[in-house]
Amino acid sequence: MAMSYDRAITVFSPDGHLFQVEYAQEAVKKGSTAVGVRGKKIVVLGVEKKSIAKLQDDRTVRKICALDDNVFLAFAGLTADARVVVNRARVECQSHRLTVEDPVTVEYITRFISSIKQRYTQSNGRRPFGISSLIVGFDFDGTPHLYQTEPSGTYHAWKANAIGRSAKTVREFLEKHYKEEDMESDTEVIKLAIRALLEVVQSGGKNIELAIMKQDESMKVCLNLWYLYSKKIAAV
Amino acid sequence: MTCSIFLQNKYVMYQDKMFKLSDKILLLCVGEAGDTVQFAEYIQKNIQLYKMRNGYELSPTAAANFTRKNLADYLRSRTPYHVNLLLAGFDETDGPGLYFMDYLSALAKAPFAAHGYGAYLTLSILDRYYRPDLTRDEAVELLKKCIEELNKRLIINLPSFSVRLIDKDGIHDLEKLVPVGAK
Repeated sequence: MAMSYDRAITVFSPDGHLFQVEYAQEAVKKGSTAVGVRGKKIVVLGVEKKSIAKLQDDRTVRKICALDDNVFLAFAGLTADARVVVNRARVECQSHRLTVEDPVTVEYITRFISSIKQRYTQSNGRRPFGISSLIVGFDFDGTPHLYQTEPSGTYHAWKANAIGRSAKTVREFLEKHYKEEDMESDTEVIKLAIRALLEVVQSGGKNIELAIMKQDESMKVCLNLWYLYSKKIAAV
Repeated sequence: MTCSIFLQNKYVMYQDKMFKLSDKILLLCVGEAGDTVQFAEYIQKNIQLYKMRNGYELSPTAAANFTRKNLADYLRSRTPYHVNLLLAGFDETDGPGLYFMDYLSALAKAPFAAHGYGAYLTLSILDRYYRPDLTRDEAVELLKKCIEELNKRLIINLPSFSVRLIDKDGIHDLEKLVPVGAK
């Protein structure tokens, strides 16, 4: 019954589904996990680094991308699709600065990315983007934000969220351990993100890539978390 | 130790003609009203986009050539930009560099440069007193000499000059230079 309704993206099924979009969400569930946490003065993104071949240079596999000095993005799903979306978003960030003389707000760029994704769910001959993304950053007035976008083109703001493989497990962990008062402290936010990822990532520190942005500072990426990890081990 | 500095002439109303392309590159853009800001901001945002896409900033040489290519492309279109540019930057490996570009998109790397009517007077001062091994203070003194010459010989009164300096630590604002006796 479902077969004839999933050929073209622009066709609804009788019970109101867009199957291509739902299949795109399945593709996202196959991607490596990404988690994002929003603190009061810090935002953190963590991604699971898939183990790579011995001869491969792991610097070329980057899952956390800077869109502008104040916004960055982590995705789960098809890496090639993400490249296209990230490129368009980067151009839009500069274009916004050119016309409006202000850096983008996190909500604006999230809306922009979502509307691109939605357009691809309504055009003939094109398939949806197979990525969900966590977009994180600070507005120019200093408020931190975390947004999640989906292949369908919807976006929501979150205090903490996870996407990709085992996202449900990570989200349940976050719901259990997220405490509003803890978000004041930068280290608590980082610890929460790392601990949440450790639920589903095998063998800990070597497979986690973390990106941290504090208010008024640009993004810092910590690869191979051995230094941070050893400090946290005591706390976890 | 040499550093690269260049003049900014001030005309009728105050407008900052220097555009920060990156942490270590400045673009000084003069010419047709409107064209200057339009072109310079376009270049500025494209240089930033390169940084976002690739994770590192363009070198001053690359930025100068990129600017030249854009200017040249627009030159033979219906909408040419009538702007004269000076691009100054500090490269980690090559040190400081100054690039002269005119509205016909001619690019030249030069030890010193000037645009406008003031150029007729200051270039000869620079020719006479410039040495490749100037220190920072000597370079600022040379700049002051140029401004004094303008104060003496140029018919237009230019009461104050804003000065910026680029070295390995980035762009620095020096104090405004006011020629003696200017109002």
